[in-house]
Amino acid sequence: MEFKDYYATLGIEPAATQADVKRAYRKMARKYHPDVSKEPDAEARFKEITEANEALSDVEKRAAYDDVVERHKSGRGFNPPPGWDSGFEFSGGEAGGQTGQPDPSHSDFFEALFGRQAAGARGPRARANMAGGDHHAKVQIDLRDAYRGARRSVSMRAPQIDAQGLMSLHTRQLDVNIPKGLRGGQHLRLAGQGGPGVGGGPAGDLYLEIEFAPDPHFRVDGRDVYIDLPVAPWEAALGAQLDVLTPDGSVQMTVPAGSSPGRKLRLKGKGIPGATANVPAGDLYVVLSVSLPKADTAAAQDAYRAMAKAFADFQPRRSIEG
Amino acid sequence: MTPVTDTDPPLLFGVVVEEEVQFTLVELGRACRADGAQLAALVAEGVLTPSGVDEQDWQFDGTSLRRARSALRLAHDFDLSVANTAFVLDLLDQIEALQARLRQLGAPGR
Repeated sequence: MEFKDYYATLGIEPAATQADVKRAYRKMARKYHPDVSKEPDAEARFKEITEANEALSDVEKRAAYDDVVERHKSGRGFNPPPGWDSGFEFSGGEAGGQTGQPDPSHSDFFEALFGRQAAGARGPRARANMAGGDHHAKVQIDLRDAYRGARRSVSMRAPQIDAQGLMSLHTRQLDVNIPKGLRGGQHLRLAGQGGPGVGGGPAGDLYLEIEFAPDPHFRVDGRDVYIDLPVAPWEAALGAQLDVLTPDGSVQMTVPAGSSPGRKLRLKGKGIPGATANVPAGDLYVVLSVSLPKADTAAAQDAYRAMAKAFADFQPRRSIEG
Repeated sequence: MTPVTDTDPPLLFGVVVEEEVQFTLVELGRACRADGAQLAALVAEGVLTPSGVDEQDWQFDGTSLRRARSALRLAHDFDLSVANTAFVLDLLDQIEALQARLRQLGAPGR
């Protein structure tokens, strides 16, 4: 189990006041909140920040944590001995998720310190015929999966309460069909795969939030897909037949003569397919850029000089001249 | 807690929420783990726009799930009022529209 330095996570000193904790948390939360931030590791950072705040913003938890920090520093290890928490009172407030169950997003370190109190104090007593809760999880797919459909194996770890009210951690392996046309930001609902019902109540649903894995070539906007295509100056000027990479294999495309950099060529229907028959596929946009050959040999320099001579009247800066 | 693992799961087929699902107020509340009053406040502020006049007739389209969850998370994590939450979501919509423009233009790194 890894020791967590919650003060370092929030960028504050152990002597920080409760107001300092709150200010540091808020500042970092604004930067890394997954609904706001575009940082690639925002979600993981936000979890760490939230956990640090949960531990330090509550004076009871903070006192318990400080005690563990002292043990850690003095080389006595930080694994709390049995009954270590007897000296601390936990009022059992809103400590984690809204589920009344241990929050799987907490680190093992946090669970070891605070998990037991939190689990005991929260959650409504199970009633007869209570429906299970709806659960949420994230699944990453490749852009190509949206074109072809795919199967994904999803590992779900969730606490379960048995008939005696005892809790155990249950790992389920789900094999999920990813339908063609599914896009990043959308949700797939799996009926009855959420939390189990109690006393004969129906199980909840599982919502899988789909996320596209970062792609080195393609950009996605709704169902439309964009790719940059570098061409040689003579291909742009004279036109060319080129092979273009799409997420679903390559296609032949005509670059019209007289194309300028930034020109968008549309391949109709080559974007992400519709999820159902009545939804049309998106388009693939090929955005041209012009790559200039290097003038690093005498022959190349001669070619550019010949071009300069041939285009003696060309005025590239006409638009910015008075 | 003893980890238990199932083996050999069947292939599961789901529905695409954004394209095939309409929620009632109760269903959306269950999916977001929110109560009806919280969602009704978001409707009153214009964050969510169901069809139907009375609460019991409200039908939310599938895109409401993401928006409602985002609104509830922001309100909870930053102690925002409903009006402030609506304001933040509008600004996020504007950022998203600008980022879509950048993707179309071929901005590096996106």
